[in-house]
Amino acid sequence: MTGLWDLFVMAAFVDNMPLTLFLGLCTFLALSKRPGSALGLGVAMIGVLGVTVPLNNLIYNALLAPGAWSWAGYPDLDLSYLALIAFIGVIAAAVQLLEMVLDRFFPEIHRAFGVFLPLLTVQCAILAGSLFMVERSYTLAESAVFGLGSGVGFAVAVTMLGAIRSRLAYADLPAGLRGLGIAFVLAGLMSLGFASFAQMAAAQ
Amino acid sequence: MARTIDYRKILTEPLIRQNPVTLQILGICSALAVTTTLATAVTMSVSLTVVLTLSAGVISMIRRHIPDTIRLIVQIVIVASLVIVIDQLLQAYFAEISRALSVYVGLITTNCLVLGRTEAFARHNAPGPAMVDAFGNGLGYSLILIIIGGLRELFGKGELFGVQVLPLADAGGWFTPLSLMLLAPSAFFLLGLLVWAIRSLLPEQAEAPEHVPPLRAEPAE
Repeated sequence: MTGLWDLFVMAAFVDNMPLTLFLGLCTFLALSKRPGSALGLGVAMIGVLGVTVPLNNLIYNALLAPGAWSWAGYPDLDLSYLALIAFIGVIAAAVQLLEMVLDRFFPEIHRAFGVFLPLLTVQCAILAGSLFMVERSYTLAESAVFGLGSGVGFAVAVTMLGAIRSRLAYADLPAGLRGLGIAFVLAGLMSLGFASFAQMAAAQ
Repeated sequence: MARTIDYRKILTEPLIRQNPVTLQILGICSALAVTTTLATAVTMSVSLTVVLTLSAGVISMIRRHIPDTIRLIVQIVIVASLVIVIDQLLQAYFAEISRALSVYVGLITTNCLVLGRTEAFARHNAPGPAMVDAFGNGLGYSLILIIIGGLRELFGKGELFGVQVLPLADAGGWFTPLSLMLLAPSAFFLLGLLVWAIRSLLPEQAEAPEHVPPLRAEPAE
């Protein structure tokens, strides 16, 4: 049990997706102008990552991993190079499914998400979650915890950045630094803060 | 075709003026993650430029046959197949760099730059201009990557392409490496400063302020 909790903390804070691994930065910067939309994006990320990483883990281990077809008489078959296409397909389908379920049963939430949901298909953080799962060969339980943890880390980071940026809208910045420039500097400062989590993890 | 296409403009526009990374906010994820050394930055730039150019060509060639409703899926599958080829090539011939790039080669698939250019340009243009546009955007992306990768490696380790350029203090020289340059925050700072520099040179790129502060009331006499 402690192993899974450690993995959750590591995925959420030590290896924070946008701030230490630079994943999903496009949406991270584009949708963090207001804390409200940032929170919406964060919740959607938790949902999609929590579903797709374990699902891709099942697909990879049952169909694509080297030796997965040995029961059918093909012990040497190695389909792992197809992982990328399979993962993208699963992510696109999961996002579509999530959108339909929300539309049918929770129309308010669906309306609040607006355009973010379909955008998540091409979000690098989500695909990276599945690719890391393969690279570090997680089990099913570990991959579920890893997916949820990464989603929580992303949500925390994007909400904080949204809050800071909405305050900064009133600041008198040099013209060239306004918008994108200051967002990068802010992300760098937050990244410094999150680097201290890595120090804590190393000290243990 | 009656309308002549200015290839030179299509090629040079994305280098600075319409740079994909600093102006269009496309493909930032990989731009920051792989720039700890110049060698990985160059490999990533070449891979991305190849994938971008080829996928723009392929998608532009079959653009009249792709149904509009499923075009995203078709485009992603084409890009993913190209990325798999590049990934296998890197693993076969550049095993060390391939390990350093880790999952980021696979992430070219979801690099917003690739999908953004195919959506915005290749889908409506003939293969020739589409590939030139993609190549130009690839070069603009590479330019930023190489600048940041060079700065981080030079000041982080005193090396360029793994060759010692600045003599280190440990080895009797004068340069003390800034280890912060190898960590995540410095990449954000460098890119932020680069955006600031470009927008100071080209003021028309600066974003309009969201709120105009009210004029200060004159102090009463």
